[in-house]
Amino acid sequence: MGGPLQVGLGKKEHQMPNHEASSQRCWMLLSIFLALASMAPIMVAAPQWGAPKEDLLALPGEAGRPGGRLVVSLRAEPKTLNPLLATDAPSREVIAVMQADLVHINRATQLTEAALAKSVKVSSDGLRYTVTLRQGLRFSDGQPLDADDVLFTFRVYLDESVHSPQRDLLIVGGKPITVRKLDAQTLVFEFAEPYGVGDRVFDGLAILPRHLLEKPYQEGKIEQVGTLSTPVNQWAGLGPFRLKEYVPGQRLILERNPYYWKTGAEGTRLPYLNELVFLFVPSADAQVLRFQSGDTDVISGLGAENFMALSRQSKSYALADAGPGLEYNFLFFNLNDLSGKATPELERKQRWFREVRFRQAVSAAVDREAIVRLVYQGRAAELWGPVTPGNRRWVDAKVAHAPRSLDQARQLLREAGFKLTGDANGDSVLLDAEGNPVEFSILTSSSNAERTKMSTLIQDDLKQLGMRVQVVPLEFRSLIDRVMQTKEYDACVLGLVSFDADPNSDMNVWLSSGGTHVWNPSQAHPGTPWESEIDRLMQEQLAVTSYEQRKRLYDRVQEILAEFQPMIFLASPDILVAAKNTIGNFHPSVLESYALWNVEQLYLRDGAGHSGR
Amino acid sequence: MTKRRKLVKWLVVLGALHGVVACAGFLSPYDPTEQDRERPYAPPVRLHFRDTQRRFHIRPFLYPLRVREGSFAQFDEDTARVTPVRFFVDGSSYRLLGLVPCRLHLFGAFPARICLLGTDGYGRDQLSRILYGGQVSLAAGLLGAGTTLLFGLGIGTAAGYYGGWRDDVLMRLAELFMALPWLYLLLGLRAFLPLSVRPTQPFLLIVIVIGLVGWARPARLIRSVVLSFKERDFVRAARGFGASDGYILIRHILPETSSVLLTQAAILVPQYILAEMALSFLGLGVPEPLASWGNLLANLRQYSVLMSYWWMYLPAVAIVPFFIGYLGLASALQEWADPSRWA
Repeated sequence: MGGPLQVGLGKKEHQMPNHEASSQRCWMLLSIFLALASMAPIMVAAPQWGAPKEDLLALPGEAGRPGGRLVVSLRAEPKTLNPLLATDAPSREVIAVMQADLVHINRATQLTEAALAKSVKVSSDGLRYTVTLRQGLRFSDGQPLDADDVLFTFRVYLDESVHSPQRDLLIVGGKPITVRKLDAQTLVFEFAEPYGVGDRVFDGLAILPRHLLEKPYQEGKIEQVGTLSTPVNQWAGLGPFRLKEYVPGQRLILERNPYYWKTGAEGTRLPYLNELVFLFVPSADAQVLRFQSGDTDVISGLGAENFMALSRQSKSYALADAGPGLEYNFLFFNLNDLSGKATPELERKQRWFREVRFRQAVSAAVDREAIVRLVYQGRAAELWGPVTPGNRRWVDAKVAHAPRSLDQARQLLREAGFKLTGDANGDSVLLDAEGNPVEFSILTSSSNAERTKMSTLIQDDLKQLGMRVQVVPLEFRSLIDRVMQTKEYDACVLGLVSFDADPNSDMNVWLSSGGTHVWNPSQAHPGTPWESEIDRLMQEQLAVTSYEQRKRLYDRVQEILAEFQPMIFLASPDILVAAKNTIGNFHPSVLESYALWNVEQLYLRDGAGHSGR
Repeated sequence: MTKRRKLVKWLVVLGALHGVVACAGFLSPYDPTEQDRERPYAPPVRLHFRDTQRRFHIRPFLYPLRVREGSFAQFDEDTARVTPVRFFVDGSSYRLLGLVPCRLHLFGAFPARICLLGTDGYGRDQLSRILYGGQVSLAAGLLGAGTTLLFGLGIGTAAGYYGGWRDDVLMRLAELFMALPWLYLLLGLRAFLPLSVRPTQPFLLIVIVIGLVGWARPARLIRSVVLSFKERDFVRAARGFGASDGYILIRHILPETSSVLLTQAAILVPQYILAEMALSFLGLGVPEPLASWGNLLANLRQYSVLMSYWWMYLPAVAIVPFFIGYLGLASALQEWADPSRWA
């Protein structure tokens, strides 16, 4: 993948689909119990005597068989298990199965559902969220969960000295969200301004175990907790699995959390699996080999070619194509305002790049169909805008899906003052108004074979317009350095992955002041009228709470992007997943964490799996 | 005389092989960068003499390939359309031997494409790419070996003939060069090049770098030859008659190094072809869409290609005759240049 990722916000949902097992309440008993429990932690670990009724969440879906072990390959070792510090994808993937949030986005419906919160009530002005926790929940070490844990969690997330990546999400209208505790089960969240994201803001904000973190937090050592070397009994979460063993360089073994708060439709406490093992397999090809040899049971994020290779080889695999994900790949030109610092050569090139018709011509000449077919073997969607077909609720149907047209491209170039001539060898050459041949280079990440291949196809497409293009594969870090820091480049092919199916997750890309506004990042003032229009629309949708209004505003953003083509959108690959076909309830989603989003419901049909090892 | 005949035999073999690559434009049916996006990873085309009605054709023909419905890179022959192979056809323009503009190709087929060795992931003709790629790889090998020997000869002669502190400095320098981590140096050098470079620049960089890497070994060999000859009686005699250093070197000493030089050349060229391949494989060589043998083999880094498309291995096969040729030449040269002549 390799693209810089944005942290995702969500959008507001008024309806809260809620699957409740039991709505019985035992308020008094519970709070007494909790009071006792916090004083005498040992008692909690004891068996079920006098335990309050737990408010478990029953999930619909196929009833599974308990037991067994699932081995999943992970591209790299997670850097940490601490949600406050995790920024890398492997860490987030592991944390997602060890932690839980108040409100969770259902990866299948892309809507929010109450999770640790039993209910969320929104005030009519949209400024105040009253969250009631489920009763009787416990962390994976048996300690009970109450409002103080939530209070503590948000205090830490909002603490500037912790530098948690989630902090920015909790600043609304320049002010941090305030959290108040009403009683042991109820909290009130207050926003300074209406927040278009709504309760999606809670997704991914893991509720932390105060009993383990408070002391290190006060000592300023919070980054030393929840690392991979933390003893097993010093770490806990509310997710379906908990830490069992970590073998550096090899694997991370998680075991079933016996206190998990969801049940299957038949009433069995989830998760079904006894163990979940993350095996560290560094390369995509090695992942396929380990999968074929039976060492792993699931690969998420498979490349199209490997997917095809697997599908040709055996029928004992469940190969799932979940459809286009939220990754969008695009070509963009260097539109930075370098005011005199650019070399004369780059300055001359930027005059072409700034010409809207030039960018439109390039877009018209790009053979997206060939990219989808040759790069992704048909397992991708052609793109004309940043919102992929996988993002069903936000994609703007009005953005034209213009077919490839070299004639139109040539027409646009002629209108913009370019001239098409031939050279001595009979190849066509495009000259600009001053008679310079149009030549530029496209940077790609050398570690991403797919984007390099896309660039080679674009190179050939543009050759037919008489443009001489060189493809320059660069190591990813130096590529980002050139694009974001030194700004010494002509054009670049990159990809970004939206965190969530919500416009806010790409705020950083569309705002002209955003750090990921790739073609001209971190501007003090928007450089063009259409960029300032996008800025205005994006700010506006943030403060509006109705879906229809936000959709209208975001549609307009998509249309402006399609017209001015600061990025020439290419394709969005499908989320491809391979698994043994003995896994039940296997429904990969296009959102993170693709195959494991419903890990608590996954089970092994034959019961054998890896339980023997 | 048999020694000479053996030598000639290997020279003829190598000459023929190089001739094939030099005439890539004529022998290959297509431009190596021409894409056929309808037929990625098409297998080598099958030539037929008998059609589906069992009729015999004197002229070999092929059935056009078409993608099997709903699949990627699985092809069926369209048996409705017989496409005969034609010889001496007009096609894409090229420059014969890099000089004469020309459009004539040895063979071709129309309207279907004839890809005797299949196509790559962009539908480019693998045979054309192997032939054109050979031009790059062989040129890199030959030029690289030439550079090395030039440096080796100069430095080795200077060190051996003048001796003393010059010898010490040059030989320590040789040891330094042998110890340098060249791959990293090359990675660094590539980063210094501007982003938009003509394809010739990375090529020249490769040639210069692999040429410079190797001078130390031939220089040592040549130094030893020069050392032994400069004390011979005929050299002393020449010096006694007042011959200058230049005269002695050119007239008496350098001719004696020729057999070492030639043998070294025959060993170095295949080595440097391999070096070019290794560098291109690492992405430091000539950029896409140009072909070189290393570039072509780099496709095999992908597991799916490795497993699914056997014709992508063919560039590796193409190298084998060249290597056999060069190694045969090296041993023939060694026999021919009887070591007893200067031992």
